[in-house]
Amino acid sequence: MTDIREVSVDELRHLVSERVLTGETMLLNMGPQHPSTHGVLRLLMELDGEIIVNCIPDIGFLHTGVEKNMEAKTYQKAEVMTDRLDYLNPIGNNLAYCLAVEKLLDLDVPPRAQTVRVLLAELQRISSHLIWLGTSALDLAAMSVFLYGMREREVILDIFEMCSGQRMMTTYVRPGGLWRDVPVEFEGAVRNFLALMPRRLDEYEALLTKNELFLERTQGIGVISAQDCLRWGLTGPVLRGSGVPFDVRKARPYSGYEQFEFDVPTQTAGDIYARYLVRVQEMRESLKIIEQAINRLPYGPVRSNNRKFVPPPRSELGVSMEALIHHFKLWTEGFSAPKGAVYAATESPRGELGVYLESDGGPKPYRVHFNTPTFANLQALPLMTRGRFVADAVGVIGSIDIVLGDADR
Amino acid sequence: MGIEQKLGNMGIVTARLEDVVNWSRTNSMWPMLFGLACCAIEMMSAQAANYDMSRFGMELMRASPRQSDLMIVAGRVSRKMAPVVRQLYDQMPDPKWVIAMGDCASCGGVFNNYAIVQGVDEVVPVDVYVAGCPPRPEGLIHGIVTLHEKVRKEKLTQRS
Repeated sequence: MTDIREVSVDELRHLVSERVLTGETMLLNMGPQHPSTHGVLRLLMELDGEIIVNCIPDIGFLHTGVEKNMEAKTYQKAEVMTDRLDYLNPIGNNLAYCLAVEKLLDLDVPPRAQTVRVLLAELQRISSHLIWLGTSALDLAAMSVFLYGMREREVILDIFEMCSGQRMMTTYVRPGGLWRDVPVEFEGAVRNFLALMPRRLDEYEALLTKNELFLERTQGIGVISAQDCLRWGLTGPVLRGSGVPFDVRKARPYSGYEQFEFDVPTQTAGDIYARYLVRVQEMRESLKIIEQAINRLPYGPVRSNNRKFVPPPRSELGVSMEALIHHFKLWTEGFSAPKGAVYAATESPRGELGVYLESDGGPKPYRVHFNTPTFANLQALPLMTRGRFVADAVGVIGSIDIVLGDADR
Repeated sequence: MGIEQKLGNMGIVTARLEDVVNWSRTNSMWPMLFGLACCAIEMMSAQAANYDMSRFGMELMRASPRQSDLMIVAGRVSRKMAPVVRQLYDQMPDPKWVIAMGDCASCGGVFNNYAIVQGVDEVVPVDVYVAGCPPRPEGLIHGIVTLHEKVRKEKLTQRS
């Protein structure tokens, strides 16, 4: 298990140009342990001096077997695995999975649960973008943004912890609603965050947006055209940075996004700087959504009343025999979903995150597949880095915002 | 201050060599900048301003295994990654320590399947296990403090 096999250049012939064999260009291995690959990405680079001739991503170092593992679990238990896919967007993953399950079961979700879902998903988007902002700026040697970003992220994680008891892997969104209602302190905490965040965003922008060094490292680098984006199936901020205003929240609204007013920020340059601007603007739009959601948070139940699929409230177990039976059945053998296949798409911070779910009529999913944004976006890395310096590759990797858990699954 | 009283008039502190060596090892232990999955994000949080691991002399994450003393295996180790983890460990100079951060690195966690190594101790010797999925930054810091306690008790003759 611990042996490393040496690979000769001959074996890589199909990936590299003839110039490697004559020694004119050099092969360089970057990763899987490298600070700027954001996890365990390995890049095989063919270099002509310092210029990248070709860059071949090698993924799979974080292959977790999530999809296969989910087939062995009931629908409720399988959800725990979804948190750990794209670990910067656990609530978004839960949401995508739950939307798929709800679509399969034709399950209703109470309005309060829907609004809380949107609110938390947007908070998660901001926290994910903060990590992206911090780490990608750190790669370009702007240390302080990382420290500031992590500081604000803690405020968001405190809200998650308040709701679910966990900072990251919350599993708070459940098929048919939420695990439980939000606590009373929730509204105050969200309003506090809303008051704090715009000012902090200005702070980050003051550090980067007009920073000469940052502009040098980002403008005109890693350019990808809108046409190439569409051709390669890229989504999310990368696509919007190239001028295509596609956002799943607008194109195919889910969980009540159609009731919220927000813009889809786009840029036309298609370079690292454009993606940076799109993401920062997205954080501001997310704040708008959060504000609307907290202002109109409806009262009412947070879980569907469909007892065949959703466990009854704890308080009923002591008095209702039927509730006890449902509780027992749901937590032992789970619920059986009708035969069929569904696809539910959401907008994760990185792009379109889709869940394909196939059921054979039993209590466990027959097949679960995740259509993940990082996997699609990573394909464009060779396209963006060819002909650039090695140092630019670092910035480009940061700008795609890769999460290897998302790509490898 | 305490130290002046111990100095006496001679300007000399007497101590066992072992204590001095272990003291210096615990207070400048450089971890390797090496994240695998979810736990790496919490490791970053532990580094950042709110938790500030540098209080324990550990602010300097080295990206090269050649310059690091401590490997924090933060996240799940896949079968494809296991040889790389082992090689990184072999590249670290002695004395070296390993913390298995999180359930996946400790025992496979929720992923009991074909792809994940069921505990990184199958690949490298682990000194401290930190439980949690992912552990809170406080959890990681507790693990590090536990490791420091362990290092303080180490005998110089034990390591070859």
